[in-house]
Amino acid sequence: MAIVTCSKKACTINPLKMSQPIGGSFAFLGLRGAMPLLHGSQGCTSFGLTLFVRHFKEAVPLQTTAMSEVSTVLGGYENVEQAILNIYKRVKPEIIGINSTGVTETKGDDVEAFIRLIRQNHPHLENVPFVYVSTPDFKDAFQDGWEKTVARLVEVLVDPVDPAAPRDCSRVNVLPGCHLTPGDLDELRTIFEDFGLRPSFLPDIAGSLDGHIPEEFTPTTIGGIGVDEIASMGQAVWTIAIGTQMRRAAEAMQAKTGTPFRLFERLCGLVPNDEFMTFLSEISGEPVPTKYRRQRGQLADAMLDAHFHIGGRKLAIGAEPDLLFDISSMLYEMGAQVTAAVTTTASPVLERVKAQEVVIGDLEDLEELAKARDCNLLISHSHGRQAAARLDIPFYRAGFPMFDRLGAGHQMSVSYRGTRELIFDLANLIIADREANHQPTPATWQITGAGLHVVPPQLN
Amino acid sequence: MTSLSATIQDVFNEADCAKNANKSEAARKKGCTKQLQPGGAAGGCAFDGAKIALQPFTDVAHLVHGPIACEGNSWDNRGSASSGPDLWRRSFTTDMHEIDVVFGGEKRLYKAIKEIIEKYDPPAIFVYQTCVPAMIGDDINAVCKIAAAKFGKSVIPVNSPGFVGSKNLGNKLAGEALLEYVIGTQEPDRTTPYDINLIGEYNLSGELWQIKPLLDEIGIRILSCISGDGKYREVACSHRARAAMMVCSKAMINVASKMRERYGIPFFEGSFYGIQDTSEALRKIARMLIERGAPPQLMERTEAAVAREEAKAWAAIERFKTRFVGKKVLLVTGGVKSWSVVAALQEAGLEIVGTSVKKSTSEDRERIQKLMGHDAHMIEDLTPREMYKMLKEAEADIMLSGGKSQFVALKAAMPWLDINQERCHAYMGYVGIVKLMEEIDKALNNPIWDQLRMPAPWDNAEGNWQAKALAQVDVSAPGGAPNSVGAEKAPHAKRTRSCKTVELSIIEDRVSAHGSTAVGTMAQDTDASAASKRASENKMPAQPVSALQAAE
Ligand code: SF4
Repeated sequence: MAIVTCSKKACTINPLKMSQPIGGSFAFLGLRGAMPLLHGSQGCTSFGLTLFVRHFKEAVPLQTTAMSEVSTVLGGYENVEQAILNIYKRVKPEIIGINSTGVTETKGDDVEAFIRLIRQNHPHLENVPFVYVSTPDFKDAFQDGWEKTVARLVEVLVDPVDPAAPRDCSRVNVLPGCHLTPGDLDELRTIFEDFGLRPSFLPDIAGSLDGHIPEEFTPTTIGGIGVDEIASMGQAVWTIAIGTQMRRAAEAMQAKTGTPFRLFERLCGLVPNDEFMTFLSEISGEPVPTKYRRQRGQLADAMLDAHFHIGGRKLAIGAEPDLLFDISSMLYEMGAQVTAAVTTTASPVLERVKAQEVVIGDLEDLEELAKARDCNLLISHSHGRQAAARLDIPFYRAGFPMFDRLGAGHQMSVSYRGTRELIFDLANLIIADREANHQPTPATWQITGAGLHVVPPQLN
Repeated sequence: MTSLSATIQDVFNEADCAKNANKSEAARKKGCTKQLQPGGAAGGCAFDGAKIALQPFTDVAHLVHGPIACEGNSWDNRGSASSGPDLWRRSFTTDMHEIDVVFGGEKRLYKAIKEIIEKYDPPAIFVYQTCVPAMIGDDINAVCKIAAAKFGKSVIPVNSPGFVGSKNLGNKLAGEALLEYVIGTQEPDRTTPYDINLIGEYNLSGELWQIKPLLDEIGIRILSCISGDGKYREVACSHRARAAMMVCSKAMINVASKMRERYGIPFFEGSFYGIQDTSEALRKIARMLIERGAPPQLMERTEAAVAREEAKAWAAIERFKTRFVGKKVLLVTGGVKSWSVVAALQEAGLEIVGTSVKKSTSEDRERIQKLMGHDAHMIEDLTPREMYKMLKEAEADIMLSGGKSQFVALKAAMPWLDINQERCHAYMGYVGIVKLMEEIDKALNNPIWDQLRMPAPWDNAEGNWQAKALAQVDVSAPGGAPNSVGAEKAPHAKRTRSCKTVELSIIEDRVSAHGSTAVGTMAQDTDASAASKRASENKMPAQPVSALQAAE
């Protein structure tokens, strides 16, 4: 339905996009005892680190191979080796996850070969898993880095099983897209458990980035899914992938272990959650718990209450493909028009966004479209706040990074409950904006040459 | 690349750097950037440093040439303030794709410059070189030159690919770009004997504006601030200043010393952090201007302002002194802040148990030694684990540091205060120091610390009735399913299901039903005497906060 176009500018102004390797590191952060390592110059890591810290307000482990000008020219074997040895000596990680960057990809470092050589030269590292993913900065975006890295984790760490072997009927694998928050994962975990299912989340950023206070200071991730649990994922009876970006990993899981998968493109909104509940009920053989029947009713009620405010809104949204699809679909179903949609990178899901056009571009594109098309609600990550201020329209923060508000990690959009909360937040934002900025004054209705004239156009 | 390495050599050769002066010729060439440790802690890159140094120029466009990583991951992350233009807040990058990496990114860069000029028409564009285009040989100097000629605009190349070194080196490379392409290219409308430059001041959180009114009052004019709240034209005219103050450590010392060399502008290094340092800085500015021909009355005006402001600030700090008695501070910062903040803290009577000197020069260290005396506890490089330990074992009551290490303190449930670039308060000058004390006081004396350090009731040592109750539940009700509950208990079934010894909800109900207030009657009304007695033995925190506050 939507036509996907590419911004034609040579200069990206106010980027919406973040780099692919950072997305890869993000995935590694959902593993227990992990140390993500960026193979590149130190700045790439330092920027990523700052980004995560500003978003989650948590300590974040992230390391660099610290490529210098010289090592960049000569090749980075020694830097990768040194980095691994140093990390191993200092923090004893359970796993080291390596992403390449633009710098090392331009040179063409063969990191897989480096790793083989390092294994050969340092037998004492035998038991430390290394997972390497190629993620050049000059291609793709944050979500792609996550996608590739999770798929690679499956390929490298999951033990193959005989497809005919009996499976553990209560065990399910969950592959969440990077648009889900720790809060979303917690909610999903509760739902699975309420159906008597035991979920393994890969990756599990809820375990590592949900803001709990550990007993001891750890230099690696403080929680997440363990390497041993990943290895045994082949025993699960189903794999549930959330977001189109997770198809690749789900397919890899199926290829390796024969575990069938079901992909939920989104979990925000009434219908997707109905499908989700039905599916869980089927695979678990349990009826949908009363709690969720109640929550469904509450969501329906919330939709009724909020449609007065959300209906007719002209939405401008800038987000990575899966998040864009997720939230804009829900709002479309609430009666909003997706008037300006901008995203970062190509994805099959974009064609199905309920808009005329989706632009792969930047926040300036979004701002200009929003202005030209008279949008009156803007949704994007925190960087969109300047655009919203200039346009003087209400702004809702969604996605990564969200650095200028607290609680980014706990914001929810999945499930009946998450959808309900999101709807209330948005509707309240709109109500507050109307109260603050759109109260009628004596000047609102004026007689002009053409008769009674409305200035400015009243909202709702 | 050759011109870049020559520039770097030149920057390293800085004669005004005390650290450098003591080195042999060969060692000096190597520069002071330590070889970085792969897999060791990571700081920013040279590009980061260059951008930090120049971004506070508010009316120019800052265009980053490279793949999305460098700018996409980092833009909009510093709080310099502007008194007018806001172009600096927009982010511009060429966002190089694979095809540019293969065929070269110069064309895209040129087009990007053109687009910016057409759309925003800024007085100048700063073009930052990053790693990938540097590797594939994009000649940004040439592109900038052509674009400048073609569009009749200042297009300034800032050669700062990240991999050449640290953030600090990047600051200096930014300075070199200014020296080569900007400073001295325009003439001011008028000059006065009171014109100064501030160098290395970035106006974070609008700090500069805490100082400016004083300078205005004394009659000193900031001809150019490099680069806080800066405008292109001002820096282009900055060579006409009479004196300069180097504000933030040595970040841009190359600018200060080359301007002295080229235009005869004397400079000194000073700080606006702390009362005495601020006064000292103001006096020095006045003295330098007088030496260069300003009327001597300038000093009288300065002294008058200093005396008045000092008295006010001291009086304001006085009230914190009693609250800070015996409080110890761990200072984890680098460079100039390691001593300038020390002085400020001591003024308020805080004891400093340690200050990191990781990025400090030997001069900085001497200053610390002088300030802190023999027991100066200088810490070379503290690992997060060590910081955590120091705090946990309460060797310090509060940690002051940059944002990156904040969680070390917060996770140890210890107060922490941001004194680095991401902070949201202005701590400069006489007003700022009082604000800093206020913030420290707020952090230290916040009641949350008492609550947070208290273990959860069920985590308390064995014998605790909650722990016993929990253990019982685990045995008798696997899966945590509530047993059938009587009608009376039903409304509270959920809240009380893990508590077997005594139903808290029932207690609440009965207490409210009987309106009992004294412990004795409450116990009777609720049949909970045994439980409540045990609870009080275990010092169950019934009213923990107020109790602790009362104890103070
Ligand atoms: S190190 Fe190089 S590639 Fe990485 S952020 Fe810095 S300039 Fe960009």
